[in-house]
Amino acid sequence: MTLLARLVRSPLWPMLRKEFIQMRRDRGSLGMMIGIPAIQLIMFGYAIQTEVRHLPTVVLDQSQSPESRRLVQTMLNTGNFDLERSVRNREEMATLIERGDASAAIVIPPEFQRDVKRGRTAEAQIIVDAADPLSSSAAISGASLAGAIRSQALAARAGATAAIQVRVRPWYNPTSRSAVYIVPGIIGVLLSVTMIVIASIALVRERERGTLEQLVVTPIGKTSLMLGKILPFLLVGYVQITVILFLGRLLFHVPIQGSIATLYLIALPFVVACLGIGLFISTVVSTQAQAMQLGFLFLLPNILLSGFMFPRAAMPEPAQWIGAALPLTYFLKVMRGILLKGVGWDGLWREAAVLAGFAVGLIGLSVVRFRKSVE
Amino acid sequence: MTQGREGAEARGRETAPESGIVTHGLRKEFHGIVAVEGLDLEVHRGEIFGLLGPNGSGKTTTIRMLTGLIVPTAGSAVVVGIDVVASPERVRRRIGYMSQRFGLYDDLTVRENLDFYAGVYGLVGAERRERVREQMAEYSLERRVDQLAGTLSGGWKQRLALACATTHRPDLVFLDEPTAGVDPASRKLFWELIGRRAAAGMTVLVTTHYMDEAERCHRLAFLSRGHLIGVGTPKEVTARFGVATVEDVFIELQRQDEGALA
Repeated sequence: MTLLARLVRSPLWPMLRKEFIQMRRDRGSLGMMIGIPAIQLIMFGYAIQTEVRHLPTVVLDQSQSPESRRLVQTMLNTGNFDLERSVRNREEMATLIERGDASAAIVIPPEFQRDVKRGRTAEAQIIVDAADPLSSSAAISGASLAGAIRSQALAARAGATAAIQVRVRPWYNPTSRSAVYIVPGIIGVLLSVTMIVIASIALVRERERGTLEQLVVTPIGKTSLMLGKILPFLLVGYVQITVILFLGRLLFHVPIQGSIATLYLIALPFVVACLGIGLFISTVVSTQAQAMQLGFLFLLPNILLSGFMFPRAAMPEPAQWIGAALPLTYFLKVMRGILLKGVGWDGLWREAAVLAGFAVGLIGLSVVRFRKSVE
Repeated sequence: MTQGREGAEARGRETAPESGIVTHGLRKEFHGIVAVEGLDLEVHRGEIFGLLGPNGSGKTTTIRMLTGLIVPTAGSAVVVGIDVVASPERVRRRIGYMSQRFGLYDDLTVRENLDFYAGVYGLVGAERRERVREQMAEYSLERRVDQLAGTLSGGWKQRLALACATTHRPDLVFLDEPTAGVDPASRKLFWELIGRRAAAGMTVLVTTHYMDEAERCHRLAFLSRGHLIGVGTPKEVTARFGVATVEDVFIELQRQDEGALA
């Protein structure tokens, strides 16, 4: 048989057709798949408030003087800033914040030491990625604390009039609205949870009804069987993204700074990766109840460790490792980057590549694990 | 490892029967519990072969091994001339299987179920439409084409399941308790359909608890506690035990087997 003939006769097509017919008939589930995320969006959007420290911080010390170094050290000592690295110019700083590698920058101008010596008010600046309003409040308190400490120290030493003032400049979300930060994350959280749960149930349902046994004795391949089961959910995923984005814009005025096309494109490997997790679960469990429980096991780490509610920088290392193993962690960066900062493909291709790796790996793993048998 | 070696041996025998089943020393253990052991079976082409035995005697396990749903612990099984352990996918193209649970999609219509299974077996376009039409005609499903399978009564479901299991015109079909919970009129019709297909050359391996059905089989095998305790035509087995019906044979054989156990 030629490749084309094999493709035309592939059991994937009847499988997909069947899944779409079943999805259409099951109005209740379809409604829940769309409706529940919408309800959760509204609840999360209005309810979430949190606290933060340990912002990954870059330092742009243009003064390079003893006094500037002391100020930086004092700031780091407040515990609100963790030194990520030093940078040489504003462009480098901006790139790091844009990419999300740093969420704050301490900027000390060249005339800082001179101003201190002359007894004038020396100014330093903190730039904070206020897309997360919690980061900016931490930055403000850290900055004012450090400023006060250094001013006092100077006053004690010289009895001088010199003072140090640290100004905070929030980027991206100058009005500090939580919902703006939460909604892009919610799209990721809800998408991952619903995709994982529905994909984990899909195969198990056939097992419970006895139709999987029937399918196994047909010549349908593992790959056709599994792709046929999950591809229809890809469409559901995109409908969810669209609904939540639309509601987020309508109810919470979430900005869309970047390209929607890029967002939809990077959503593809993310949704496939989540479906892959679900599929993997369905190769491990034998009942729908077990599948649901395992699926919800992913709910908590996704909310707590992905950076959705709490910045990962503030977490103990093991928690960070778990976070790094969640596709959501990378997708959150993508969502916030595109929606709040207008970051383009240049700043996001690495996250997209990691997500693509997750997608291929998880689907591959499930196909390998799935046995065409009933043992 | 041993399966690989035995698989190779079995491949040497692959050409033996044109179309049917040959097993040698087939054995299946589940976590140390023996479900089937030492099973030597030969089913000829075009034969309706009945597998009888009480619940838990290993009938379903045997069928599952022969369809490649589970892998035997030991022994060989050649189905339609192909080693089922070594190449289950090649066997699957040529066999049909109807389980106790029918394997129908309740939320698809009669036509959609048939269409789906025809498609899974690689039928496309006009060929598929024609085949679906033929199956509906042969199994008298035309009046129910657009009814959801879940709303059909037992007899109709069973006929649809058989139609689905044979859309690809298999050489051999496995029927695992196909008439459980179905009214007598439907059972009679079902056996007429099976008889017609067998006459056309399709081999049938069927399990049942109904002795009137057993008497319609060409040959019978009796299973008890995982092993074969007797094979023959209904006439042969009744004559051998000097009893009137297959049911009496069944009871007598089981009594002897359990006696041997005690």
